Amino acid sequence: MPKKNLKRLDLIFKNEHDGEKVLMKTLARPAQEIVNYLIISGLKGRGGAGYPTGLKWKLASEAEGEMKYVICNADEGEPGTFKDREILSQVPNKVLVGMAVCAKIIGAHQGFIYLRGEYKFLLQQLNDVIDDFHVWTNKMGMDFRVNIFLGSGAYICGEETALFESMEGFRGEPRNKPPFPTQAGYRGMPTVINNVETLAHAFSIFKYGPEMFKDLGVQDSRGSKVFSVSGDTPIPGIYELEFGMSVQKFVEDFGDGDAKAVQVGGAAGFCVPRKKFVNTKIGYQGKLTGESLPTGGSMMIFNSSRSMYNVLHNYLDFFVEESCGQCTPCRVGTQQLLLGIEAVKKGERSSDYLNRLLDLAENMRVTAKCGLGQSVANSFSSIVENFKEEMIY
Amino acid sequence: MNRVNLNIDSIQVSVAQGTTLLNAAKELKIKIPTLCHHEDLCVAGNCRVCVVEQVGSDRLLPACATPVSEGMEIRTNSLKVRNARKTVIDLLVSEHRADCTRCFKNGNCELQQLSSEYLIGEDSYIDLVSLKEYTIDYFSPSIIKDDSKCIRCQRCVRTCDELQAIGALTVAYKGEDMKISSFFEKPMYEVICTNCGQCVNRCPTGALVEHNYIDEVWAAISNPNKHVVVQTAPAVRIALGEALGMPPGNIVTGKMVGALRRMGFNSVLDTDFTADLTIIEEGNELLQRLKSVLVDKNPDVHLPMTTSCSPGWVKYIEHMYPDYLPNLSTAKSPQQMFGALAKTYYAKKMNIEPEDMVSVSVMPCTAKKYEANRPEMHSSGYKDVDLVLTTRELAKMIQQAGIGFESLENEEFDSFMGVSSGAGVIFGATGGVMEAALRTAYEVVTGREVPFKGLNITPVRGMDEVKEATIKIEDALPEWDFLNGVELKTCIAHGLANAKIVMDKVKNGEASYHFIEIMACPGGCLGGGGQPIPTNAAIRQQRSDAIYREDTGKPIRKSHENPEIIKLYKEFLKKPLGHKSHELLHTSYTERNRY
Repeated sequence: MPKKNLKRLDLIFKNEHDGEKVLMKTLARPAQEIVNYLIISGLKGRGGAGYPTGLKWKLASEAEGEMKYVICNADEGEPGTFKDREILSQVPNKVLVGMAVCAKIIGAHQGFIYLRGEYKFLLQQLNDVIDDFHVWTNKMGMDFRVNIFLGSGAYICGEETALFESMEGFRGEPRNKPPFPTQAGYRGMPTVINNVETLAHAFSIFKYGPEMFKDLGVQDSRGSKVFSVSGDTPIPGIYELEFGMSVQKFVEDFGDGDAKAVQVGGAAGFCVPRKKFVNTKIGYQGKLTGESLPTGGSMMIFNSSRSMYNVLHNYLDFFVEESCGQCTPCRVGTQQLLLGIEAVKKGERSSDYLNRLLDLAENMRVTAKCGLGQSVANSFSSIVENFKEEMIY
Repeated sequence: MNRVNLNIDSIQVSVAQGTTLLNAAKELKIKIPTLCHHEDLCVAGNCRVCVVEQVGSDRLLPACATPVSEGMEIRTNSLKVRNARKTVIDLLVSEHRADCTRCFKNGNCELQQLSSEYLIGEDSYIDLVSLKEYTIDYFSPSIIKDDSKCIRCQRCVRTCDELQAIGALTVAYKGEDMKISSFFEKPMYEVICTNCGQCVNRCPTGALVEHNYIDEVWAAISNPNKHVVVQTAPAVRIALGEALGMPPGNIVTGKMVGALRRMGFNSVLDTDFTADLTIIEEGNELLQRLKSVLVDKNPDVHLPMTTSCSPGWVKYIEHMYPDYLPNLSTAKSPQQMFGALAKTYYAKKMNIEPEDMVSVSVMPCTAKKYEANRPEMHSSGYKDVDLVLTTRELAKMIQQAGIGFESLENEEFDSFMGVSSGAGVIFGATGGVMEAALRTAYEVVTGREVPFKGLNITPVRGMDEVKEATIKIEDALPEWDFLNGVELKTCIAHGLANAKIVMDKVKNGEASYHFIEIMACPGGCLGGGGQPIPTNAAIRQQRSDAIYREDTGKPIRKSHENPEIIKLYKEFLKKPLGHKSHELLHTSYTERNRY
């Protein structure tokens, strides 16, 4: 039986029926105080990039624009991630309350949920919840509407600026930053875009205060995190755990006793080999939750029966298809990485070519336009460096 | 304006807020390589060749897309930067069919240049071109599109969208399949493309090039049974030098004539001559339309009248504003007037059988190739213009012929159909047709010269996107007294995005112009798609200055005073808009779909 080293938390999914009350109470507080709450709590974006949520709201509130928008990023596309779907299924009100409070603070009257195309089955139930939510906001005299925008399937549209392009009717291609969304986002207006889980956490912070949240986790990684656990595990599923755990403890709790590697943060994340389980912690400091794309705590366990070459091949296949194709390093680099490991495997190129590919991956990391291309190096380098022999033989 | 202080390569610099790192470096004479960047277009930040290092920052910044900020410390030539740039160039080469020796752009390819600078070796990444199925679209008489050479910088897409408001080229698919495509991936000649060639002018590689007819022209020249006439458009002579190593802004008319003669053309003639003729026909058409509308109240006659000499514009209006085709002047473009006369009047005069004649034109334009192939353009009984070359193709032929262009003596065009006025010359610049038309029309109506110093109608000149000018007609001759007191309202636009602005105004009843000049290309023909590469705002200005210098230097400045034109009417055409004119010099248009 797996151990139970890690404390299971139940903040996010706890069914709380006081959404309306929490919203009313929070709206009654001064905006400054709410922003401070978020800043004190240490809440960082749960999509993976980890930008401090309070600061984001503050910047948007200070930005000038004819209109402002709040967008909930529910384009959950990272391989191995499925927690936003559950949050929206089970506790959508928390997300909506988070959006409404944000709207009040920054001065937005329109919110959107950008829902992953494959989650279309949630549309009806979410719209029903939104209808009820509008009844509350109307009662409170709040001018704020939420609409759902259904994505069309491209992974890149989870990247915030590509998401705006998609919503505006253009190809989902990331924009140059700066300007950042808080200055010029959707339709060029100041926009707060938060991950589903981030908004749900905000609800808990409004309700229970920042200290409760801050007491969880470690140093720069505060609070709890919802993890999507998959792969070679007897107990796949969604778990809310405290930040700062070691991969060793995680594997003891969730592995099948034969784990040789854990992929943290999905295809865009890092591969942790067995020898590094003990010393690797999950949290922003270790940069191990996946850096920029909506990874949001995908934990994929691989046991010794798995070929890491196949794992990497699968990720690269994914990137080759899901790159938007706009910038050179990502469009061409992903193809070269995939063809490169195939060529080495087949003996068409010598094993030295792997070093050239590592160098390529590093250059992609520093030159690609958005988080997608930048993060390919995460999985590529961590798998190739730690499982070199599997790449060659 | 607020200044921002930063440090680039250990040099302290202060630039205006909002300046990009690329331009800040330029002020220090530091060159940062670029590919997707083009001064005429919005910032893309796609190719990543221009990355620079900000000290203390892990990721590199695209210099073209990053505005300066206070206290930045930038390194444009660190090891990290060089490695990154070399990687990016190497990647682009791996997806580019680097068949340089067989490429039309060999020697004028930005990727080739960068590969050379960064010493991209043979030990490269895996060749991606051979793994994909590419087909070359060479069906258009104007533009060849070869995706295997495309580096996806999207300059063409931005050109077609921003400068021309067409969107014939767009991005399709994603990831490894991402490509520049057209509506339903149809060939270029089947879509809304106007053949303007602005994309060709901005393509950094050989993915978009003109359909060249160099070998066909040489074959004609070498055929002893053929009499080959060549005509050269106004904007060629002020840009050709650029493609032959001379700085922009040189007038090389005489050298060009000399070169053409040395190449073996039998008659070296001038499109400027038929530019003058266009003015007579189109100017009279305008006056006739004014009379029909103002006096006869004829509901079938339409104002404003728009010019029709830009074939890109003609195809654009056929696609986008077909309801306004009756507003388009029926006068053919100078190229096609020339072609129709060459195989009739000129052939007879020179005692040449028209079937033994090959009519070649040199144009700043790729749409002219399409225009020459329009079915309407056979009024001589033959194809009026057989082969159309761009300025670039002519330059290539001069090089092939081994002619030392810069040391050539100036020579004169042959006659007949070689004499032109300054009014014909300025056809090459935006506003030029309008100015030429006004010089003539005003004088026809009033008997006096246009009331502008030195005949320079400056309000219609310059690079403003849309220009408006009004001329009040007073003391008209008796025949035109209905125009007394009329304020002739004119409008000039260049670049089809600006044409759209004007046409939408007309359509919405927000403007009441009488006469509109539209040129498909930015700056007019001098910025045409067939002109030397690069073309940008500064170069367009230098070419424009040269054109107006050429005009000022001409002894005759008004089309109707061109002695050859006078003779042509006397001997052959009899009168403007007469029977012969209608047969040879006027045409009709075709409504086309938007897709």
